[in-house]
Amino acid sequence: MNRDELRAIILEELSAIAPDIDTDTLNDQARLRDEYDLDSMDALNLLTALHKRLAVNIPEADYARMHSLSQLLDYLEPRLAR
Amino acid sequence: MAPPSDRTNDVRGDLPPNLSDYASARSGFTWAQARGELAGMPGGRMNIAYEALDRHLNTPTAHRTAIRYLPREGEPAEISYRELAERANRFANVLAELGLQPGDGVYCLAHRIPDLYAAALGTLKHGCVFTPLFSAFGPEPIRSRVEIGRPVAIVTTERLFRRKLAQWIRETPSVRHVLLIGPVEDTPPDTLDAAQAMAAQSPEYATRPMDPEDRALLHFTSGTTGKPKGAIHVHEAVVAHHITGKLALDLHPEDIYWCTADPGWVTGTSYGIISPLTNGTTMVVDEEEFDAERWYRILQDQRVTVWYTAPTAIRMLMKYGPELARKHDLSSLRFLSSVGEPLNPEAVHWGRETLGLPFHDNWWQTETGGIMIANFPSMPIKPGSMGRAVPGIETAVMRHTDDGIERIDDPAETGELALKTPWPSMFRGYLNEEERYRKCFVGDWYLTGDLARCDEEGYLWFIGRADDVIKSSGHLIGPFEVESVLMEHPAVAEAGVIGIPDEVAGETVKAFVSLKPGFEPGDDLMKEILGLARKRLGPAVAPRQVEFRDRLPSTRSGKIMRRLLRARELGLPEGDTSTLEGSKE
Repeated sequence: MNRDELRAIILEELSAIAPDIDTDTLNDQARLRDEYDLDSMDALNLLTALHKRLAVNIPEADYARMHSLSQLLDYLEPRLAR
Repeated sequence: MAPPSDRTNDVRGDLPPNLSDYASARSGFTWAQARGELAGMPGGRMNIAYEALDRHLNTPTAHRTAIRYLPREGEPAEISYRELAERANRFANVLAELGLQPGDGVYCLAHRIPDLYAAALGTLKHGCVFTPLFSAFGPEPIRSRVEIGRPVAIVTTERLFRRKLAQWIRETPSVRHVLLIGPVEDTPPDTLDAAQAMAAQSPEYATRPMDPEDRALLHFTSGTTGKPKGAIHVHEAVVAHHITGKLALDLHPEDIYWCTADPGWVTGTSYGIISPLTNGTTMVVDEEEFDAERWYRILQDQRVTVWYTAPTAIRMLMKYGPELARKHDLSSLRFLSSVGEPLNPEAVHWGRETLGLPFHDNWWQTETGGIMIANFPSMPIKPGSMGRAVPGIETAVMRHTDDGIERIDDPAETGELALKTPWPSMFRGYLNEEERYRKCFVGDWYLTGDLARCDEEGYLWFIGRADDVIKSSGHLIGPFEVESVLMEHPAVAEAGVIGIPDEVAGETVKAFVSLKPGFEPGDDLMKEILGLARKRLGPAVAPRQVEFRDRLPSTRSGKIMRRLLRARELGLPEGDTSTLEGSKE
C-alpha cells in the first residue's frame, strides 16, 4: 500500500466518524482537533477503526503523536510495511 | 467516627485536613461563619472577584503565583495574584469604556488562555454577569444560548470567532461588542483586540461593591425538554465556592492545585477560577486538551498537590495502563478528587494502586453552584458512593406522593435526591423561566432530578437520572436540543435521542430517526445527517451514531418515548407502555 492509498483509507474512516469534514479540502498539516472539531472521543474512535482496518497495533501511548493527517500518515506508513 | 488511621492511605502529607472531624464540623457549621472567612465589602456588599483577588493584595499572597500557565508548547508562565488582579482591572476598564453597565451579560467562548481568567474576573469586578460557553460547542448551541441570555458583549478568540460566530453574530441585536483575547493576527470587522484595548487602560480599578443577591454568573444547563436553561447565580455564591473548596477539596494556600475541567462549564468556573483563588492556592492551567503522557508530566513537573478531575479522564488514563503512570514521580500529590458523573469503584481502586491515592468522588450540579456531597479527606471512602452532605447542606432522598414528597428512611429504597433550601450558591432562577424554576421545588426542598439511595451512615449512592438528559464526558446534554437539529434535515420525519453506556465517556449520544416518504435509509444519508448534526452542534453534543427506524415509539399525543427506545436498545424491561401509540389496552 502506498501513501496515497493509506491516505484514502484514513480519510474514509475519518469521514465515517466526522462526515462534517470536507475531506477534499482537508489540510494535511492542520491539527484535526483545532481546525476540524475532532474531539478526544472522535480521535479514540478513529484510531480504533484504523487499528481494525489496517491490523496495525497502535499503543495508546502513541496517540498523542497523531494530531494531524500528515502525522497519522508518518506514524502508520512504516508500520504497514513491516 | 472512623479512627484517623483509616485515612492515612487516602491522603498524603503533613497538612492537617481542613475538615478533620465530619460530625463536629457539621454540627458547628453556620453559613454566617463561612461568610466571615471572606473579607466582604463595606455596607454588607460583596463581589466574587474582590474575594478572589483584591482581598489578597495587602497580604503576602499578592506576590504568590495565582496561575501557572502551561502553553501548548514552550515554557510555563507564572502570573501572580497582583498581576492577575491588574490584568482583570484593565479588562474591567475596557468594559467601562465600552459603556457596559452592571447587570449586563458578558459571554466567554475560549479555550484555556490567560486572558480568559482576566476577562472572567474583570467582568465580575465591573458588576457584569459572566457566562462561560464550551469552546467545543458548534454554532447552534452557542447561538441558542446567546439568544436566551442576550449578552451585551462576547469574549472569544479570533479563530473561534471566524469559525463559530462570524456568520450569524450580527443577527443577534443584543451583542454590541466582540472582544478577541489571545493572539489576533487580523482583527475582523466589528471586533476589538482585547489585549490592545487593555494595554491602553489603567491597571487600577475599584471593584464594584454589589448586593450579595445581585447576579454574577449565568450558567447554561440542559433539561429533557425545551431549550437550554440559564441558571442564575449571585455574588453571595462565593461563600459556598470558598468553603466547599476548603472543606471538600481540602485547599490550602500551600497547594499547587490542578482542576482539569474546562472553564466553559460550571466546574471550570466555580473550582477552576473562583475557589482556588479565594483559597489563595496556585492553580495550574494547561492550554492543551487531554493527553495522558502530558498529564502525568504536569503532575510530576509542576509538583501538583491537589488534583480535581473527572471520571472520563480517569478512565482514559486507565486505558493507558499503569506503566505510564509509574514512569513518573507523582509523590507530590496529596489529595485526589473527581466530579462530573458517578465514579465507578474500579477507578477509585485504580487510583490507589497506580497513583498511590484513591479518588474522592463528589457531587453537585449547575443549579447547586458548588459541591454539595463529598467524600472528605478525613473520612473513609466508600467506593462508588458520592459521599456525605457538606457542612451547611441537608440532603434527603424523597418519595413522590399524591400531595407532595416524603422522606425515605429505608436505606434500600431509591428516591429523588433533594437539598434543603437555601444555601449561598443555590441558583436564584432560570433566566426568563419562572415556571420551570418553581417546578424544581417542593416546600423547602430543591429536587435535583437525580435518583439516589442513602445508606445508614449518610453516604449517598447515585442510581440514575429521573429524566432523559444524557451525561457524556461529564457534560449534560439535552436530547431535545439534539433532536431539533436532526429534524432540520429534509429527510428526517422523527428523531429520538438517548444516551447509551460507554466505558470511557459514561454515556454517548445515539440518535434514532425515521424518514419521510420518498427517502431510503443508507450510508450516505446517515453520514449526511450525522454531518449536519456535528456541524451545527459540535462534537461534544452531536450523536456519535445515527440509526434508522421505520417508526419511533411515541405516545398517542405524538411524543417520542425515549425511555422505551433506550430500554429496547439496551435490552431492559420496557415498563409501562399503556400510553404507547398502537398499544393494546
